[in-house]
Amino acid sequence: MLELQKVSLELEGDKGIEILKNINITFYDKKIYVVTGPNGGGKSSLAKIIMGVYNPTSGKIVLGGHDITQMSITERARLGIGYAFQSPPRFKGIKVKDLLKMAASHNPEKVNICDLLYNVGLCAQDYLERDVDSSLSGGEMKRIEIATVLARNLKVAVFDEPEAGIDLWSFQKLAETFKNIHEQYDTTIIIISHQERIMELADEIIIMSNGTISAQSNRDIMLAGILQNDTCLCSTKCEKGIGKNAECIG
Amino acid sequence: MLNALDKLMLEKVSNLQELPQGAFNIRKNGHGVQRNTTANIDIVTKQDKSGIDVIVKPYTKGESVHIPVIVTEENINDVVYNTFEIGEYSDVEIIAGCGIHNCGDNKSQHDGIHTFYVRKGAKVKYVEKHYGQGDGKGQRILNPKTIIEAEAGSVVELELIQIKGIDRTIRETDIKLMGDAKLVVTERLLTYLDQEAESSINVELLGTNSSAQIISRSVAQDNSKQTFYFDLAGKNKCRGHIQCDAIIMHKAVVLSTPRISAYHSEAQLVHEAAIGRIESEQLTKLMSLGFSEKEAEDAILNGFLK
Repeated sequence: MLELQKVSLELEGDKGIEILKNINITFYDKKIYVVTGPNGGGKSSLAKIIMGVYNPTSGKIVLGGHDITQMSITERARLGIGYAFQSPPRFKGIKVKDLLKMAASHNPEKVNICDLLYNVGLCAQDYLERDVDSSLSGGEMKRIEIATVLARNLKVAVFDEPEAGIDLWSFQKLAETFKNIHEQYDTTIIIISHQERIMELADEIIIMSNGTISAQSNRDIMLAGILQNDTCLCSTKCEKGIGKNAECIG
Repeated sequence: MLNALDKLMLEKVSNLQELPQGAFNIRKNGHGVQRNTTANIDIVTKQDKSGIDVIVKPYTKGESVHIPVIVTEENINDVVYNTFEIGEYSDVEIIAGCGIHNCGDNKSQHDGIHTFYVRKGAKVKYVEKHYGQGDGKGQRILNPKTIIEAEAGSVVELELIQIKGIDRTIRETDIKLMGDAKLVVTERLLTYLDQEAESSINVELLGTNSSAQIISRSVAQDNSKQTFYFDLAGKNKCRGHIQCDAIIMHKAVVLSTPRISAYHSEAQLVHEAAIGRIESEQLTKLMSLGFSEKEAEDAILNGFLK
């Protein structure tokens, strides 16, 4: 169980601007949470504060009863928190297989790297020997990034917009993979997304806007509300988002 | 005979744990100490100056030549001239490399001037690793000069690697490519402390459809300084690409000057150059996989220089 207790975040250089405001939320084991809401609402900051990329200005983060607020990224990773970046970095000279081996290196369970790539819709034969550099497209990078998280045996896995740049077939594969993790492990999965198809995987949907949690409930209730246009969730254009008739607050 | 230190140095520069199969020539502290030749590869001591001629017969396939140099004493100033005759349509690998172990207060230096004649249709891979160690104050200096003439249809692959421990180096590489000749150069260089490295790679694409790819990656740490000059001259219908990347850390200095010159309307030449530090996102990513910051940094640098 992961708890955020009265967590606020003010980034250096943005003094006086609170990115997250007094967030209280509990993520239970073996559940899938989808965090959605307009751009700039604090979703990615929430993910980064869980991983330890950002440290909260105030409040506490508790994992399995242990206060991890002051822990580094490495310490949190070793405790079983993982994070798939929205914009994954590239590594000149590091091959896809090497990156995945690094990702799996702290996992006591044996991981088949080819299976990992298959689960994100990539053919292992085509990718294992390739460098994780600019020769890979954004979509390929995104899938490899997700595979690095799948390689680990995690208590909490956070995915920041995993669907971006992924085609429909691969998306379906990815959705199956999330479902499999959900069924087989106790992992808490937190997915940041604007996609209705992703929201359909959720046990609970959380809407963030303006640095706060503006709504949270189970999937069916939330989706019904969203589809009845109570809330605009689109990233840039209302026509393409869910709740397309709502007034855009993004 | 080779002692334990000699064997260690050989392993560092040639990955040799025992005497290699095939042709080899081991040079230690300015003198040849062991040699072997084969039916297809001869090694002959030069009569007019220090060095050897390595002669690969035409159509020799799948053989290798090891020519490591080790320097284990201070006050050595070894200059060697090696000539390689790579026969027509042969396909061989040459593993060179120099290791200096200097525990004294005086410098040890090795200058290797290597001239290659790569004949028509031949294929050669040349691997050169440089390594230094020893806790003395004496400098470890390596100055390699590589001159290559690649005839029509030949393929030349160079791996030029400075692993660690070399205080000063000036590397010069001059290559001429004739028609359909193909060149791939991979350079890897690490400097730290107050080390200085200068590398110039000059390639003339003289023949029709000749091609060259130069990929240089370096890491400069502490107060070290690296200077690179790349010059790709297209004098016929040809293709050439220079890609030089450096990671700079601490108070190091990196100067990189790539130049492409076209003397023919169908010469296609590209250069890319980048110098930058390790991106914080790269460190964060590997730390999010459970690596400490130091482990993440090492993994990034090792991958970059691999």
